[in-house]
Amino acid sequence: MTYIAKPKLRHPGIAVNKLGFTHRDYEGSVSTLCAGCGHDSISFAIIQACFELNIEPHRVAKLSGIGCSSKTPDYLLGQSHGFNSVHGRMPSVLTGANLANRELLYMGVSGDGDSASIGLGQFVHCVRRGVNMVYITENNGVYGLTKGQFSATADKGSKSKAGGSNMDSPLDLVSMALMVGATFVGRSFSGDKAQMVPLIMAAMSHPGPAFIDIVSPCVAFNNHAGSTKAYDYVREHNEAVNRLDLMEPREAITVEYAPGTTEEVALHDGSTLRLSKLAADYDPHDRIGAMTYLQNRAAAGELVTGLIYMESGATDMHANLNTVSHPLNRMSEKQLCPGAKGLESFNASHR
Amino acid sequence: MSPVKHVNDFVVKFANVNGSGSASANEMFARSILRMGVPVASRNIFPSNIQGLPTWYEVRVSGKGWLGRRGGVDLMVAMNPQTWDKDIAGIDPGGYLFYDSSKPIPMSRLRDDINILVMPLTEICNSTYSDPRQRQLFKNIIYVGALAQLLGIDRAMLEQMIGAQYKGKDKLIAPNHRALRMGHDYARDNLSGACGLKIEKADAVGDRIFVNGNDAAGLGCVYGGATVAAWYPITPSTSVAEAFAKHCGKYRVDAQSGKNKFAIVQSEDEISAIGTVIGASWNGARAFTATSGPGISLMQEFLGLAYFAEIPAVIIDVQRGGPSTGMPTRTQQADLLICAYASHGDTKHVVLLPEDPKELFEFTALSFDLAERLQTPVFVLEDLDIGMNDWLCDPFTWDDAKVYDRGKVMTAEELEAGKTFGRYLDVDGDAIPWRTLPGTHPTKGAYFTRGTSRDRFAKYSEEGSVYQDNMQRLLRKFETAKTLVPAPVVRRTKEKAKTGVIYFGSTSAAMNEALAALYADGVHLDTLRLRAFPFSDAVVDFINAHNQIFLVEQNRDAQMRSLLVNECGIDPARFISILHYDGTPITARFIIAAIAERIALKSKEAAQ
Repeated sequence: MTYIAKPKLRHPGIAVNKLGFTHRDYEGSVSTLCAGCGHDSISFAIIQACFELNIEPHRVAKLSGIGCSSKTPDYLLGQSHGFNSVHGRMPSVLTGANLANRELLYMGVSGDGDSASIGLGQFVHCVRRGVNMVYITENNGVYGLTKGQFSATADKGSKSKAGGSNMDSPLDLVSMALMVGATFVGRSFSGDKAQMVPLIMAAMSHPGPAFIDIVSPCVAFNNHAGSTKAYDYVREHNEAVNRLDLMEPREAITVEYAPGTTEEVALHDGSTLRLSKLAADYDPHDRIGAMTYLQNRAAAGELVTGLIYMESGATDMHANLNTVSHPLNRMSEKQLCPGAKGLESFNASHR
Repeated sequence: MSPVKHVNDFVVKFANVNGSGSASANEMFARSILRMGVPVASRNIFPSNIQGLPTWYEVRVSGKGWLGRRGGVDLMVAMNPQTWDKDIAGIDPGGYLFYDSSKPIPMSRLRDDINILVMPLTEICNSTYSDPRQRQLFKNIIYVGALAQLLGIDRAMLEQMIGAQYKGKDKLIAPNHRALRMGHDYARDNLSGACGLKIEKADAVGDRIFVNGNDAAGLGCVYGGATVAAWYPITPSTSVAEAFAKHCGKYRVDAQSGKNKFAIVQSEDEISAIGTVIGASWNGARAFTATSGPGISLMQEFLGLAYFAEIPAVIIDVQRGGPSTGMPTRTQQADLLICAYASHGDTKHVVLLPEDPKELFEFTALSFDLAERLQTPVFVLEDLDIGMNDWLCDPFTWDDAKVYDRGKVMTAEELEAGKTFGRYLDVDGDAIPWRTLPGTHPTKGAYFTRGTSRDRFAKYSEEGSVYQDNMQRLLRKFETAKTLVPAPVVRRTKEKAKTGVIYFGSTSAAMNEALAALYADGVHLDTLRLRAFPFSDAVVDFINAHNQIFLVEQNRDAQMRSLLVNECGIDPARFISILHYDGTPITARFIIAAIAERIALKSKEAAQ
């Protein structure tokens, strides 16, 4: 439906953020996904998060691989540069882009086929390198564009629309991200906007590798009884460990929580993340505890959502590589080329 | 057979066991001849192995300055029992065999047409040293000492070189000097006058430098302004990335902050390496990867994306013997086609073909200009021979007035001024569109990069005419590339030659010697050295101006011939292929024999 242009008319009373942008300024082309697709809800949540955070759209670079999910960057942030790369290889492209200019916000949008099957290697290596990014997988457990094959995140025993059962063990990208050093890990559900938006906002404020797995039912091929990635199934088995609200700096806290059940975490950009505990024994700053908790709940058939782990004082790949603060892509020959003088010592040392 | 007598013109070959410490001793031997003012060309022929398998080091001594392999051996230093028979068989009649006589060798395993120089190396070592490692390492120095005496290399100069090599580890100097002297004295007392090969002081080296190609390529990346490198270890390209890191450590650390003006990622595989290069280049940094054939195979899909989405990328391919794992530590020119036509669909890529480390340095620096100007992948195609051997070449130079060509990147000011931006729009008639970098302007110039078909304004389209329009423009862009890549080097003989020779890359050194020898024998050939793909019109003109073309390549399938026939519409019958692909660098003798044989055949046919 890319041939349909969005109308330019806007309501005079439409909300405007601090930069003077409306919601519409964060939108992209009209989606070509199926009506009711969970991915469109995620796109909306990303748009909302950018609007709320007062991000300049052109200071975001959105990268993706191949698949339904990887098409979605076209449907948001129309003033951002986008890169729809190669199947399963977005993480390496994003790594290079980030190295070239550390000043932009890098958002990788991928799916379970793109990141857990063909791109599993790139996914884990990108995370373990500490690339400063927000990496979102729109996880539906199925290959949509090729019409309904299981992906690597499909649960064992899950039924396909055609009636077959998946006999392979599933890959859990959240556990994997925790294991290889992501400093921000969350999981959400495309049917829960209230949870998604602050989670994405927090991830965007995080100065290191942030990963969010969002279960996003495929209405065309994986929303039937017997599928563990269907709307009904996820709603029934969703166990949120916390609730998040993002507060602007110096904004009064108006909502009161029972003592001992909330925590405020200062974020990189000066805003505050308010974390309301839903699971009393859950600590989102304990990586190993989080991994254990995930495994326990998964064994009980529950899908843990919310902010699963966040490291304070996180750093990134540029810190590891000790690169200059000035973006590498803006350096001239004066800064980069040692010139004829530099060759004198080289030549002399090779005689 | 009378012993051969040569001054400043012979081949010494060392046969050793890998990991025995021979490499540094042998290299010191080669450098000592350079210090005498006599040009040498050295080649390592080594196994894919860390310890135990056979390795050879060949030193071509040439007062005339021939830097290729000549072929044949005048003095074999046979230190490896595993390869004894083959090594003995490789000596030219009248040549010399130097070996360790500690264990008796039956006459049946020697030859009566060669001259024997024996020395009980192991016995001397065992009686002098008790530590097994010392026995092994000093054995190498002892034979260098003996060879120096036999050939007339100045011992004091060798001692000086040892002193320089172990500067800072001073306690190693005296024992090395002692070992050197032991060998020297033994040869003086026992082998006097037995060797007819001599080095005489000359002044034929000048200010030239002795450098390997991968070091030069790494330096070329620094000079070319590369800030991002992504690579995966693979022989024989690993030392390119290592050289880049070394040179960056020297030239690219900000003096004030101590921070790096470069980023190097050791990727998880070659696919990721090229992905990172493409991501960085898309975002406006100069980026490269270094790899070899198997890596190029893995990068195919991404290379097609970079071609079609028009993203700069520099790929340094250090060719080795293929296919598959092939011969990882041997040289070939067999990645031509896979680079020129990398990826599925209709693609063509710019390929640069340097002849030696100096040209490799220059082409590597140039490749970043070409990649950004043309917005496409550029291959720097070297090989193991250039990359991992030390070559004598002119000192590297750089013009400080040179400014990088960053290509057509539209700025925020230009966008603001209302300049029309169509990512795939040919506004200048050279088929190169303008691009914008992410983050440039709040409301203008953003576009979506994709590997799918799209129109001139980067909008997705599967319309046949739109797709063809773009594919035709890409062809026209390749025509523009012809005018920007290094031109071929043509040499014409004084006599009007009807026959030409085309060659490229590391073949140059052996070719120069072969051409001189053929010319002396009355065989007059015009030559063209290809330096890049796409081929300029000068290449077609040269071929058309000759009845017959010898095309010399280091691969089995005459890949350059395929490329020339395909791209220039040449009748295949015009070419006579001379192919050398056993994994060792091509030799002058091989070229001379192949051309002479075919010319003799021709004249025989003509006579009948």
